[in-house]
Amino acid sequence: MRDLFTIALIWSTVRLATPLILAALGGLFSERSGIINIALEGKMLAGAFTAAAVTYAADSKLHLGAASPWIGLLAGMSAGILIAAIYAIVCIRYKADQVVSGTAINILMFGLPAFLSGALFLSSGSTPQIPRDRLIPFTPFVIALLLGLLTAICWYVLYRTPFGLRLRSVGENPEAADAAGVSVSRIRYSGVLIAGALAGIGGAYLSIGQSSLFTRNMTSGRGFIALAALIFGKWRPVQTLLACLLFGFTEAVSIQMQGAIKLPAFFATLLRQTPGDDIPIQFIQMVPYLLTIIVLAGFIGSSRPPRALGIPYQKEK
Amino acid sequence: MKLLRELLFPLIAVIAAFIIGGILILIIGDDPIVAYKLLLGSALSWPDGIGYTLFYATPLIFTGLAVLVAFRCGLLNIGAEGQLYVAAFATAWVGITFAHMSGWVLLPLCFVAAIIAGGAWGAIPGVLKARFGSHEVINTIMLNFIAVALVSYFTQYHYKTPGDPIMETTEISGGAHIARIGRILPGFPERIPLNLAFILALVCCVLVYLFLWRTKWGYELRATGSNPTAAEYGGISIRKQIIIAMTISGSLAGMVGINEVLGYRYRYYDGFSASYGFTGIAVALLGRNHPVGVLLSAILFGMLIRGGIFVDAFTNNVTKDLVDVLQGIVILFVAAEALFRGPFSRFGLLKRSKV
Repeated sequence: MRDLFTIALIWSTVRLATPLILAALGGLFSERSGIINIALEGKMLAGAFTAAAVTYAADSKLHLGAASPWIGLLAGMSAGILIAAIYAIVCIRYKADQVVSGTAINILMFGLPAFLSGALFLSSGSTPQIPRDRLIPFTPFVIALLLGLLTAICWYVLYRTPFGLRLRSVGENPEAADAAGVSVSRIRYSGVLIAGALAGIGGAYLSIGQSSLFTRNMTSGRGFIALAALIFGKWRPVQTLLACLLFGFTEAVSIQMQGAIKLPAFFATLLRQTPGDDIPIQFIQMVPYLLTIIVLAGFIGSSRPPRALGIPYQKEK
Repeated sequence: MKLLRELLFPLIAVIAAFIIGGILILIIGDDPIVAYKLLLGSALSWPDGIGYTLFYATPLIFTGLAVLVAFRCGLLNIGAEGQLYVAAFATAWVGITFAHMSGWVLLPLCFVAAIIAGGAWGAIPGVLKARFGSHEVINTIMLNFIAVALVSYFTQYHYKTPGDPIMETTEISGGAHIARIGRILPGFPERIPLNLAFILALVCCVLVYLFLWRTKWGYELRATGSNPTAAEYGGISIRKQIIIAMTISGSLAGMVGINEVLGYRYRYYDGFSASYGFTGIAVALLGRNHPVGVLLSAILFGMLIRGGIFVDAFTNNVTKDLVDVLQGIVILFVAAEALFRGPFSRFGLLKRSKV
């Protein structure tokens, strides 16, 4: 048990939490402005695919060398923004139901990257392998610093700038914000686009940071875990960061502990398993989701969403 | 006139999706006309095309109805995916555990298992919303992941044939099988897995219609969905309606297990659902939350799944992922109906409170 908590586990936690933190902090801006963001998954997939495809093309076709991953990262971010723009127009301009259109974006982005890579790379839905030295070269230490900085910036923007004040007021009480001369839809567009940019980077980190190619559905639910972390973090930047780290930690543990932690005798009897078996990985996987349900039900402090979340704003005539 | 209007917008959405899909096919270097011809041709041939189209449509009718019932109560059930997994496993569990019973007892028991398990899993977010006010969308998403992990645990640790590399349970008792259409309809080959669950799905369409529009309970459920405040004044308990709607919704989603386990694979196969729960949202929306619409759009999506396999195999570049792309675009267009309808849209049904 003790040799589990090593330096390696800490770095592994940071690595696994990185895409979650990026997506969750992005989602924070969207949700605080009043737009639900269950499309984080789709935006991450868009970012992951575009980043991998562009990095590969920049390296092997255009021979841009060490600049390739940065171009890929930029492209991944742009893809996230593009998808967010579609989502924003549908939700804000056309006042579509946000959950429904978010689901549509997720389904679309489940198919589109695989559809395109099938055609572009004649594969069954993945991009070619990118060479090791053409990936984002940051060490976990640098990434940890950057994420800390990003969280601080998010906190500052949200609580100490006029933009942040407007964003929060639009999410809480759009009528009052509108009466005070704030353009509700403009603020909401910015919120959703920021979410797209950060989720796109989060996805890009998955494909050209953590691994070295895009594979079909490679986010495998991370967008939803990010959403869970956002709720678990009660829609606040620092708490959201901590929630992401917690969820990253559970994932890191579930990877490392395969064969390391034994099932306690009591649970073994309960589950009709032999004492001394490994803890089934499925139980660790459930932790983030269970925690979210418990927090949302108000068992651990109260978790109150922005008041106008999910309601299209109808300007009074 | 009303019927025409109801048909018009879904039709525009589908056509728009096919056009955008066609442009994408052009971009990746195939001929959209050829691809679509292939898609429709393979989905509508007799008997294989139609048989498989209806087979793929069956789970979508169930999940479409599930989303519909919740929707009519003002709830969005994104959890059909989790509900159908739990139900499919439960029905397989009964089919394995009580294998010694005669089919006359076992088969109804398996049906009940699917319906109760799905209903119970659907009731959880209902109770959470009614009791704590926590939003069903988030809870159903979370419960999807929990369901998948839970049944995968039971399959892997308790009900797998030892040494089997595939994540699937042992086979259910022969008494719990339901007949394939081929055994009943002369001239229809038995290799096509279309089974009696399809008939059950049709019956469910009728039952859901009768329940929602011809009973007092259905009226109360719809009243809660269209105007909760007025419903409450009228003496309807909103909390009770939420729990009832989510339970019925979960039961309907659970019946996917009957098609999958009792009619097709005769065992629980881990990860069997090709996002049936999520496609159900598209089916319900495109079907304008009416049982007849659900039936029609489930068949349309069934055609897409069947045809997608052929397009994948017989074109150079197009893969079956085209189906997901078309589906996503269809929902997006249906959701953003105002795009076609102009500024005078009515979103009464979709008005939501909070997350």
